[in-house]
Amino acid sequence: MAEMDTSGGGKHKKGPGVKKSKKASTRVDLTPMVDLGFLLITFFIFTTTMSQPTAMKLFLPKDTDDPEDQNKAKESGALTLLLGKNADVYYYEGQLDAQASNFKTSTMKQIRDVIIDKKRRTPEKDLVIVIKPSDEASYKDVVDILDEMTINDIKRYALVDILDIEGQLIKATEGSGGAAQ
Amino acid sequence: MARPKIARKSTVVDMTAMCDVAFLLLSFFILTTKFKPDEAISVTTPNSVSAKAAPEKDVTLVTITKDGKVFISMNNDAVKEELAKQLNQNKGAGLTPAEEKAFVKASFYGAPISQLKSFLNLPLDQRTDANLPGIPAKDTTNNEVVDWMRYIVTAHANTNEKLNLIVKGDNLAKYPQFKNVIAAFKKSDEFKFQMITNPEGVPTGTDLWKKYMKGDKVEQ
Repeated sequence: MAEMDTSGGGKHKKGPGVKKSKKASTRVDLTPMVDLGFLLITFFIFTTTMSQPTAMKLFLPKDTDDPEDQNKAKESGALTLLLGKNADVYYYEGQLDAQASNFKTSTMKQIRDVIIDKKRRTPEKDLVIVIKPSDEASYKDVVDILDEMTINDIKRYALVDILDIEGQLIKATEGSGGAAQ
Repeated sequence: MARPKIARKSTVVDMTAMCDVAFLLLSFFILTTKFKPDEAISVTTPNSVSAKAAPEKDVTLVTITKDGKVFISMNNDAVKEELAKQLNQNKGAGLTPAEEKAFVKASFYGAPISQLKSFLNLPLDQRTDANLPGIPAKDTTNNEVVDWMRYIVTAHANTNEKLNLIVKGDNLAKYPQFKNVIAAFKKSDEFKFQMITNPEGVPTGTDLWKKYMKGDKVEQ
C-alpha cells in the first residue's frame, strides 16, 4: 500500500489500521534550549556579587568640659533610652522624676513606635535622643538602637554613660518581674 | 510487495561538544575562584540598614568576641613594623629582631603587651580566640587598648598612612568592652570609626524608607 508521508520527517507512530495518518512529529529538538540555559547561567555567574558585609559609620563628639561647647538639649525634646539585658529598653522623656514615675519599659521591637511618637510630637530642632546602655546590654542591642536612629532619621542622638540611679532603677524593675507600665 | 524505503534520519545528537564546553566553563571558574581567607576569630556581627560596603584593605580592625576578648589586626606591613618599634621603645616589649619579623607577619594580635613574646612564639594554628587572652579591655583602669591605640596612631603618623578604624563586634559581646574600645579611640583623638554589620532591608513605612522612595540621596 502506498502511503503519503505528509509529516515533516522523524518517526511517527502508525495508529492501528489507519491509512493516512497525518500525525505531526512529537519530538522536539532541545539543543537551543540548552544553549539558552547555559547563556543564562553564565550571565548570572558574572553579575552575581556575593553579599558583602556592610559598615555603619559612627562619629563621636569630642569630650569637652567646657559647657559652652556641649550641645544644649531642651528638656522637653529629650528622650532617654536605657538598654538593659535581653533586649529590654527602658525610656523616659525629659528628666527623671523624683519618684521615677515617668520611667517606662519597652522592648527593642516596640521602641520604634515610641521613637516615632516622640518625633511626631517634638519640633525637629529640639529633638534629641540620649542612649545609655547598661553594663548588661549586648553589642547587638547597641547597634540595633543606633540602627533605629538611622531608620527613623533622627538627626541628633548621643551615646553616653549610664547614671547610677538609672542602673538601680533597671535592676529594681527587672527584679520585680519587669513591671510593665 | 516492496515497500518504498522511507529515509530515516537519526535524531540522536552528539553530546560531545556540549560536554567539552561544560568542562571548559567549569575549569575556568575553578581557576578564577578566590577563596575568602579563613578567619582565625569567628564573630557573628549584628544587622543594620547601612548600605555602605565595608572597606577591606588598609584598615585597622578591632574585633570584640562574644566572651569580651579584644583582638587587633592590620594589613599594612610598614605600619606593623613601626608599631613593633614603638612597643619596644615605649612599653619595653623587648622584642628581638626575629620576633619583630614575626610581629609583622602575624595577622592579628590578641595578647597583652607583657605576653607578646609568648604570643609570637605560638604556632599559627594555636592562635585562636579560644586559646588567647585577648587584649585587656574589661575595666576602665586596666584598659590596654588605650596604649595599643596610641602607638597605632603614632605608627600611622610616622609611616604617613591614613588610619581607617573599624570595629567588628559579636552580637553577644557586652557593652563595657565596647565602651572601653570607644574610650581608647577618644583618648587618641580618633572620633570617626565604622562598625561591620550584615546588610538588612529597610523596614517599609519608616522615615528612612520614605527617603529612599523619594529618591533622596541618603547619607552613608
